[in-house]
Amino acid sequence: MFSSSASNGATAEAVGSGVNNDSPTISLDNVSFGYTKERSILSGISLKVPRGKLVAVMGGSGCGKTTILRLICGQHAASTGTVNVNGQSIASMSRDELFAHRRKLGMLFQFGALFTDMTVFDNIAFPIREHTDLPEVIIRDLVLMKLNAVGLRGTALLKPSELSGGMARRVALARTIALDPELVLYDEPFAGLDPISLSVVGQLIRKLNDALGMTSVLVTHDIAESLKIVDYIYFVSEGKVVAEGDVASIKTSNDPFVKQFVNGEPDGPVRFHYPAPPLTEQFAEARP
Amino acid sequence: MIDGITHWLIGLGASVRAGVTRLGFATRFMIAVFKASGPTFARPRLLIHELYHAGVLSLIIVLMSGLFIGMVLALQGYETLVRFGATEAMGVLVALSLVRELGPVVAGLLFASRAGSAITAEIGLMKTTEQLAAMEVMAVDPVARVVAPRFWAGVISLPLLAALFSTLGIYGGYLVAVKLIGIDNGAFWGQMQAAVDWRYDVGNGVIKSVVFACAVSLIAVFEGFDATPTAEGVSAATTRTVVTSALVILALDFILTVFMFRGSAVG
Repeated sequence: MFSSSASNGATAEAVGSGVNNDSPTISLDNVSFGYTKERSILSGISLKVPRGKLVAVMGGSGCGKTTILRLICGQHAASTGTVNVNGQSIASMSRDELFAHRRKLGMLFQFGALFTDMTVFDNIAFPIREHTDLPEVIIRDLVLMKLNAVGLRGTALLKPSELSGGMARRVALARTIALDPELVLYDEPFAGLDPISLSVVGQLIRKLNDALGMTSVLVTHDIAESLKIVDYIYFVSEGKVVAEGDVASIKTSNDPFVKQFVNGEPDGPVRFHYPAPPLTEQFAEARP
Repeated sequence: MIDGITHWLIGLGASVRAGVTRLGFATRFMIAVFKASGPTFARPRLLIHELYHAGVLSLIIVLMSGLFIGMVLALQGYETLVRFGATEAMGVLVALSLVRELGPVVAGLLFASRAGSAITAEIGLMKTTEQLAAMEVMAVDPVARVVAPRFWAGVISLPLLAALFSTLGIYGGYLVAVKLIGIDNGAFWGQMQAAVDWRYDVGNGVIKSVVFACAVSLIAVFEGFDATPTAEGVSAATTRTVVTSALVILALDFILTVFMFRGSAVG
């Protein structure tokens, strides 16, 4: 089922076989975006995430993976192309519609983004208190359940500054799923986790997706863990989808990009070096 | 030569355009803060929390400064008044200086340094660590949840701090004038009571402190919200808050004084 980007549409249909593929939860259609006019991050990218699926977006550092998540949650607006969620274009949403859309999604930020003036408990209770009228007794139980799911019930009264990086990431995950959102965006959920936490968090993401019927987009570099839990993978390079496929096809793929990325090879279509003049040329420039 | 002038003009034009753009953004931001202020008053716990941080924690520096400035004012005032045999007017000198000018202005400067810089740094760091972005993604408006409570806490606490500054200043003046120098107690308070007008002097002083409070609070929250999300960006924003607030307070003080006390100055 692996395909190169040329057969993008056909493969996306295959992803969602039997899962309401006619109306994907998320679709990016020929989307371009740049933080400045001079430097484009995404250039004509298209991808689809069917309802109820767990889809990974992978690629080298700075290829635009996090930007894709920011476009989906409406933090940035696409320069060209359309970003649709549940059939509605993000660009056409009013402020109220955008906030209504965001109430149905959860996003795990790359560095956690925990509120440093609150305890772990209050961090997780924050979205529940903001969006529901539940009594504190119920909120307490919900928060403890979420903390228990990430193995950190004992840290409820600690401040984020008292947590390690991996623990903070797990607390942030608990906050992301506090309201059991329909759509969850994970930005590097495995970074900084020890092997045990990594495995538990990976399984938790999969179980949440299946048990609650969530749709999830996972941005990660962790090939090994991702291949265990995701349904479909998009590989992004230089702002475009360069390869895609389900887990089985990725594992057996002969595509040079996929092979290089999966096997961590230094040579291949993915450049390790940021574009720069030749080293000898730069050395020569410094000499009198 | 011509190239140099052209470059200079291009640079000047770019700076002016950037300045006007920023002023426009600040104006839109101010409108957004006012629009998003409803939840601040609907959820007073948020406001009380910020009042504690902006107001209560600024008490020590404001009260101590007020006390010492009042004491120095009495010592310096005595040196001048004694030459004219008008030492009984010491109470009037201290009270008018404090309630009309020093109270609002110095309390405003101290507030900008102590609380304004803290507000900018806090909001700037929240932006740097993506806490504001996380709030937005959780469908919580950071202007309503983070900015508006801090703005209103500043607006409420600075006039109160200025009043306390003036009160402690007058008490400091009393300690030096009456207890140390030996000016008559009755003359000190009696002349003050007769010469200080509640509406004209105290009222205008309160208006000044409210205007300064609005200006300093807006500058503090705006600089934090607009800070470049890096360590040096937050540092620069904090510095800008203190410098801009000081200049704005002094400029506004002159303008307000012209309108409020022009009659007595011109005669």
